Amino acid sequence: MKNESPHGDRPGGLRARILALRVTLWTLIVPPTVWAVHFLFCYLWVSVSCAKLGQFPRFTTAFVIGTGVALAIIVAAGAIAWVQSRTPGDPPPHDEGTDIDRLRFIAKSTLLLAGLSFVAVVFTAAPALMLTDCR
Amino acid sequence: MSLHAQDDPQLRADQEQRLRTVWAPPTGWFGRWTDVNNNRVGVWYTLTAFTFMLFAGVLALIMRTQLAAPGNDLVSASTFNQLFTLHGSMMMFLFAVPMFEAVAVILLPQLLGARDLPFPRLSAFGYWSFLIGGVFVAGSIFFNAAPDGGWFMYPPFTTRTDLSGLGADIWMLGLSFIEVSSVAAAVELIVGVLKTRPPGMRLNLMPLYAWYILVVAVMILFAFPPLIAGDLLFEMERLLGWPFFDAAKGGDAILWQHLFWIFGHPEVYIVFLPSIALFAMMVPTFAQRHLLGYPWIVLAAVGTAFLSFGLWVHHMFTTGLPKISLAFFSAASEAVAIPTGIQIFVFIATMWAGRVTWSTPLLYAFGSIAIFVIGGLTGVMVAIAPFDWQAHDTYFIVAHLHYVLIGGTLIPLMGGLYYYWPLITGKKLSDRIGRTAFWFQFVGANLTFFPMHFSGLMGMPRRVFTYPAELGVGGLNMASTIGSYVFAIGVLLVCVDLARSPWRQKSPRNPWNAGTLEWLAHPDDEDWGIRSVPLITSRYPIWDQKNFVRNVDEGRFFLPDAPEGRRETIITSVLDARPVQVIRLGTPSAKPMATAAALGSVFILTTYHLYWWALAGAVATLSMVLWWLWTGTAEIPENEEKSIGHGLKVPLYCSGGSSAGWWAMFITMMADATAFSGLVFGYYFFWTRHDDFPPSGPGMDGPGAFWPMAALAITLASWAMTVAARELNARGAEGAARGLLGVGALASLAAIGAGLAGPMTTGLEPSLHVYPAIVWTLVLWTVAHNGVGAIMQLYTLARSIAGRMTPRYDADVRNITVYHHFMALTAIVTYATIGLFPGAGS
Repeated sequence: MKNESPHGDRPGGLRARILALRVTLWTLIVPPTVWAVHFLFCYLWVSVSCAKLGQFPRFTTAFVIGTGVALAIIVAAGAIAWVQSRTPGDPPPHDEGTDIDRLRFIAKSTLLLAGLSFVAVVFTAAPALMLTDCR
Repeated sequence: MSLHAQDDPQLRADQEQRLRTVWAPPTGWFGRWTDVNNNRVGVWYTLTAFTFMLFAGVLALIMRTQLAAPGNDLVSASTFNQLFTLHGSMMMFLFAVPMFEAVAVILLPQLLGARDLPFPRLSAFGYWSFLIGGVFVAGSIFFNAAPDGGWFMYPPFTTRTDLSGLGADIWMLGLSFIEVSSVAAAVELIVGVLKTRPPGMRLNLMPLYAWYILVVAVMILFAFPPLIAGDLLFEMERLLGWPFFDAAKGGDAILWQHLFWIFGHPEVYIVFLPSIALFAMMVPTFAQRHLLGYPWIVLAAVGTAFLSFGLWVHHMFTTGLPKISLAFFSAASEAVAIPTGIQIFVFIATMWAGRVTWSTPLLYAFGSIAIFVIGGLTGVMVAIAPFDWQAHDTYFIVAHLHYVLIGGTLIPLMGGLYYYWPLITGKKLSDRIGRTAFWFQFVGANLTFFPMHFSGLMGMPRRVFTYPAELGVGGLNMASTIGSYVFAIGVLLVCVDLARSPWRQKSPRNPWNAGTLEWLAHPDDEDWGIRSVPLITSRYPIWDQKNFVRNVDEGRFFLPDAPEGRRETIITSVLDARPVQVIRLGTPSAKPMATAAALGSVFILTTYHLYWWALAGAVATLSMVLWWLWTGTAEIPENEEKSIGHGLKVPLYCSGGSSAGWWAMFITMMADATAFSGLVFGYYFFWTRHDDFPPSGPGMDGPGAFWPMAALAITLASWAMTVAARELNARGAEGAARGLLGVGALASLAAIGAGLAGPMTTGLEPSLHVYPAIVWTLVLWTVAHNGVGAIMQLYTLARSIAGRMTPRYDADVRNITVYHHFMALTAIVTYATIGLFPGAGS
């Protein structure tokens, strides 16, 4: 990606399409929202199963799948943000009030949040995958 | 208004005279208290919160004196219980959170180059609510009636009326009232940050303080409502005997702990982040450079906000929950250290890269970080469940939380006080006294709280009014007591410094040579907020934009005049701050104060079981609110558009998603929906706690499926009619729209009857068991919302008939439609839960 020139995007190509995506405050919070959903999924499923059935959920593969899906969404959001945060155009340090700098800012923040959310999802998944009982 | 025109000094003087007249504060012994301008309301707010802090601090000194020596008898056990409960409750609810709101009310418009926040009267309402509720709660200790159950009020001791007195009601109702005012402030601040930024101040140019305010206000919106839901259940149990927390009747005291800590843990970050936000303003000023890593701060603020909602069970590690549940919360508690640490590294990096000007505010900043880091590290320790089992409810926790709160909230605020005092009064505080006060506070805080780690580990439980000499913690406690007095001397010195301020010389403008907008404030400040609303192209416009201060002062930017004699500010778009509207702001009025007094009377009279009087207060509150709305909102302007200078014309009226009022309604309803989800959580929580839920037996069979489904159908019909009324009105069919609003209101009223019919016809008896109690609660919540929905439909109908709402000027109907969307959602969840849940339909 480093070698691509600012004007080298093929129209209709993946990168051009990513750059055309709209970013807003809502897209900024996609990665931490995925963390929150994953957290609630793990916590509620385990505690409801422990409370109502008195045993750890039998189908533990669901945690693997749920965690995989959550991480995949976070990585995708991060990858899109990575491309957008490198939108060519304005000169560094990218703290001006231009369209590109605003885009780069939200994208960079989304990327950082994706990193934090990735770590947090792994943290949450660890007990669900390792401690498989209700005591 | 071309650039050229502003060269004329006479024109400028005339403009200034008009602005001065428009923004003139009200006068008179009573009239002056009807002011709503943020620069006054914010100062009252700050002073009141500061006074409550001093009061709660004195309570702490009495406690420390009692604990100085083993077996001391300065105060009785009962008084001691009241002291620590009131100390904690006041510091949290009457100091830390209101102080954040107060400071934000003062600073935010300045930082955003706005003349005022979008809803000045709402700020005033929030202040008066806070004052009334605060005096009510704090004053209770003089009547030996203060709450005594600890600041988190765990049932069953607090819900059983034979074990706790009036104090528990005072806590619940007095603080619920203050929670309402906090949510009001959150609405104001969110809309303020998103919609009243100056033209050009895109999201990436926003001062970091504004980012933090936005994040914290959103956190309040999701954190406070679960507590309000908990308060509601709590009072239903105390006043009506509905057994939500009574294990003998199927209730569970743990539910309160969940609801309290879903609020209580984000709360810690709600009071911490605004203080860090002050650093984010001070550090660049004293490093004389842009803050490094702006997106990293946004990451930290947003990341902390999210993670902080996944921590609450770490206060409940010893309640016997499954270990696996503890592990999830332990994991999130460790993860939250990451963003917290990042912020501190950003500040260090900025200082490192800049040329540091040493100053008193900076001294406070560094000192507080040192204290906070110790609290943070013990936080990582107690986030590890096995360690917490040992330390829980000991003085180790007292040490931990005070390190966090003193380092993360109190001392940063002191630094902020020294930094921003010149902005508010035009005068600097004394560096000499300030630094002396700092060292007293720094040494005092460490001397008080560091020994508590050891007294806790040696076995001293928290909240005991005395301890035996054999425990061997006498020396440590004496050290803590001496430390608390040293700390108090530091605070006293700050008060002395503040008291001497009126006799000091004015300081020059922008005395710290800062780069952000708020320092445009002049030492001899005018009440208009800012002379002209600037175009922003940098994060530090005073440093970076050429002739910036002069251009603002000479009215060369936007909205330099008030020819129509109205208080105005510019509304801009959320992402890119393009001007979209000029709004007319509320003028001084006694309505906010009167409304707060009426609402306060509802809570206070309920405390004393004077229900009929409380009902009268509720009717008075409703009348005031309607009067306030009718006379002060969605006014049809005299012109379609207004010129704001530089050839820009923007509308004077907006409705729907681009207007401030619509956002306020949407945000308020988010809070409402969160409170509701707290109640729904209660239902499902009880389901997990019982093998047979819903239970069966006399008084417990119900509410059937028929009436809940009927109520749902009628509510949805009312919703559809409101949406249709909005659409027909916009297309000019006013008659049809009015008809639909009228019928819609009747449907809303019918939904009340149908909703209540379910539990009534099946004879659900709420004091018998928790199942009927929670069903009744969900139904009452929903039908109360139907009632409010009917009032809104009738209000809009009246507005249309009175010609205050037309097809073009339709903000009212668009706003109530938002309410009815949430209403429909509430009805769907309530009636699907109580009517269709397996076993509930029988």
